Amino acid sequence: MTGAGYAVIVVLALLLFGGGLLLGRRTARPLRTSDVGTPVEHATFETLHTASLAAPPLRAGLTGDSARRSARRLRSLLGTDALCLTDRDGVLVWDGEGDHHGRHVMEQVAGVLETGRDTAFRSDCDDLDCPLKWAVAVPLTVDHRVLGTLVAYAPRESAVLARAAGEVARWVCVQLELAELDRSRTQLIEAEIRALRAQISPHFIFNSLAAIASFVRTDPEQARELLLEFADFTRYSFRSHGDFTTLADELHSIDQYLALVRARFGERLSVTLQVAPEVLPVALPFLCLQPLVENAVKHGLEGAVTSSRITISALDAGSEAEVVIEDDGTGMDPQRLRHILRGEGGGSTGIGLLNVDERLRQVYGDDYGLVIETGIGAGMRITVRLPKYRAGVHGS
Amino acid sequence: MSRTYAVAAVAVVVLATVLVGGFGLRISRTTSDFYVASRTVRPRLNAAAISGEYLSAASFLGIAGLVLVHGPDMLWYPVGYTAGYLVLLVFVAAPLRRSGAYTLPDFAEGRLESRQVRRLVSVLVVGAGWLYLVPQLQGAGLTLKILTGAPGWLGDVLVASVVVLAVAAGGMRSITFVQVFQYWLKLTALLVPAIFLVLAWRGDGQPRVTFDAHLSAFRADHPLYATYGLIVATFLGTMGLPHVVVRFYTSPNGRDARRTTVAVLALIGVFYLLPPVYGALGRLYAPELIHGGDADAAVLLLPGRVIGGLGGDLLGALVAGGAFAAFLSTASGLTMAVAGVITQDVLPSRGVRHFRLATVLAISVPLAGSLMVSRVPVADSVGMAFAVSASSFCPLLVLGIWWRRLTPPGAVAGLLLGGGSALLSVAITVSGAVRPPGWPHALLAWPAVWSVPVGFLAMILVSLATPRRIPPGTNAAMTRFHLPEALTTGRQR
Repeated sequence: MTGAGYAVIVVLALLLFGGGLLLGRRTARPLRTSDVGTPVEHATFETLHTASLAAPPLRAGLTGDSARRSARRLRSLLGTDALCLTDRDGVLVWDGEGDHHGRHVMEQVAGVLETGRDTAFRSDCDDLDCPLKWAVAVPLTVDHRVLGTLVAYAPRESAVLARAAGEVARWVCVQLELAELDRSRTQLIEAEIRALRAQISPHFIFNSLAAIASFVRTDPEQARELLLEFADFTRYSFRSHGDFTTLADELHSIDQYLALVRARFGERLSVTLQVAPEVLPVALPFLCLQPLVENAVKHGLEGAVTSSRITISALDAGSEAEVVIEDDGTGMDPQRLRHILRGEGGGSTGIGLLNVDERLRQVYGDDYGLVIETGIGAGMRITVRLPKYRAGVHGS
Repeated sequence: MSRTYAVAAVAVVVLATVLVGGFGLRISRTTSDFYVASRTVRPRLNAAAISGEYLSAASFLGIAGLVLVHGPDMLWYPVGYTAGYLVLLVFVAAPLRRSGAYTLPDFAEGRLESRQVRRLVSVLVVGAGWLYLVPQLQGAGLTLKILTGAPGWLGDVLVASVVVLAVAAGGMRSITFVQVFQYWLKLTALLVPAIFLVLAWRGDGQPRVTFDAHLSAFRADHPLYATYGLIVATFLGTMGLPHVVVRFYTSPNGRDARRTTVAVLALIGVFYLLPPVYGALGRLYAPELIHGGDADAAVLLLPGRVIGGLGGDLLGALVAGGAFAAFLSTASGLTMAVAGVITQDVLPSRGVRHFRLATVLAISVPLAGSLMVSRVPVADSVGMAFAVSASSFCPLLVLGIWWRRLTPPGAVAGLLLGGGSALLSVAITVSGAVRPPGWPHALLAWPAVWSVPVGFLAMILVSLATPRRIPPGTNAAMTRFHLPEALTTGRQR
């Protein structure tokens, strides 16, 4: 009995040790081993390491915060006594001694901001003991626009420093260009979402209004109901705040969409719904299921098909929710679908699918793209997996 | 005592759990029923599900056994198990729901923006979950042994395999309804026999139940300290139980999470009135259990003893079915929660196959533990899981929700010192290395009194020492935790 007891102690101790080990490995910095090669190689490693530490903050663009966090690394890269980063309007950060110079910097770099050319100047300090006699200012340019300057100070003129400052500035520029690229990519995705929202409108709005109009005389009550559904649906689709929603809200909007579609197709379309209530609070990107349902409706009623059945189910799968949208319509050639999802489809078909796939991958990672099973005449089955929690994803 | 009925009752419960869990209640709806289908789980339903999952072997068998042997002092157990939800209600429920976290590691990552803290919390969740699973399996073994005379390990293995089957087959599709059903089953299984027992007792001339002073003394040689240890552990430990936390995700918003908690308080409050009745009657009708023997068996034996005949057999079968429902629901809830954490944070890539592998892993370790470790009274070993939870997750949740200056290094220090020391004390106690009497044993067996303050202090002091590491998103997270959803999203509905 005690033997068994000791075994338990050992197991628990091992667990604790394993946890500590894991933690330690994550937090510890790699030890400097003696095997770093020649002094030159060592210096190269040091420089590259410093540069790589300075890079991440700069990827956020040239702001007070990013400048503050990278300035120290940049100064140690240049080996100067003081370094100053400015944007077009003022000093962002002063790193090193003698920050009383900060007051005059903007006057001195005005020319650099104007012309975009490197300039060296005497620092003209009132304080005779001040070690910073000389400075070189280098512009930070992105796409031929001068965003700011990097000013390095030294006790005396130094051609080496001038050249080094130029190189470091160019390196910073590359980082800033990457930041710009990041920003434009996000803007592109936002534009895509807006385009997707706009894409719903024309056909659908026209068809819905036509369907509602057909009820106005025969069944005014029904027409009124449908108009209210329509109003609710468009309000949800065109809402301007938040990139995320909850599964409950998204399904609600899908319900309104289907009510409008059924007003048009009547008995030809039947819908089955199976939802595990546990997954309704799951947060997901805004309007990422509605296009799939729209796709199912389109495929289901395409061609000479007389009637179509659509099944929408949402299941609880541990730490994920699984949403499946299935239709028994005409299906699609898998090869063609592959082209569409690669963005080579041409035309407007499948833009909705492509867009949803891309957004899911962007939010949750490449493991969470759409899974589509289909064949010609075999209907289509789309599976979406949604993690119940992902940092930064909050349903609103 | 006829065993046929009891075995049949256990078989029915097991079969129902596998079928309902594995294949799911496949209720299809057309869109006209959409509002029914898309309705989120209502607080009362969710509360019944939480209670169904929460009322474990410790509640069903353990409390009665403890009251029987040690007397009314043991009523602190049901009080503590219930009051934990009060603390949960006041400090944690709504903000936790609003954080959007599904598991405790999710919460840690969302609040502290650190993968390291997340990993550490995952390790502790798995540890606490395993600690809680061991008594569930042992309780099943004990029940089966008493009912059928089967060897003790059979029940452990049976429950473990049923859980693996049900989870691996279908991932417990309609888990909420299964758990709701289990709650009402457990309540009925204790309530109906209790009514008959009390009637029989009245017919018997209402003999007085006496708890002799020398017998009813607390087991520990430092009773006051042990009672405080119990109170601290159960009051503060409930909020960190992994299978309780995940159920709050089902509430649609913070307000409903609070309402759910209130309903849970009512539901388990009613339930906990019953086990002491069994304990007291056991004192009269099964006194031999006091000296040696498995006191945990009192609930199972009483109907046969007091009523006898066919009626006694049927009531005994009902109790046995309820007991198995208790093991199965708590064990499957815990296994799901632990397996979820293992798939997310331990195994390399994700997918359904990994979840099944994780399920096997999640239950096989405690199964091995339950077969190896000597039997500690179930209520005691559950208390240890509470102590670990109280000294690690309670500081993390309370400070994470209510204190802006918490930093990742502070959280790590608190979790390691508080949770680690509690885990170590529990391990030493279970191994039997330090035996009673004496302070060392008391301190190690009821660690919460000192390990909870250690956890809090370590978290606060290290956080204060590392003010530069306050996560940049703290204010945004706090706003989300504490403001009603409608305010933070600006939605009007």
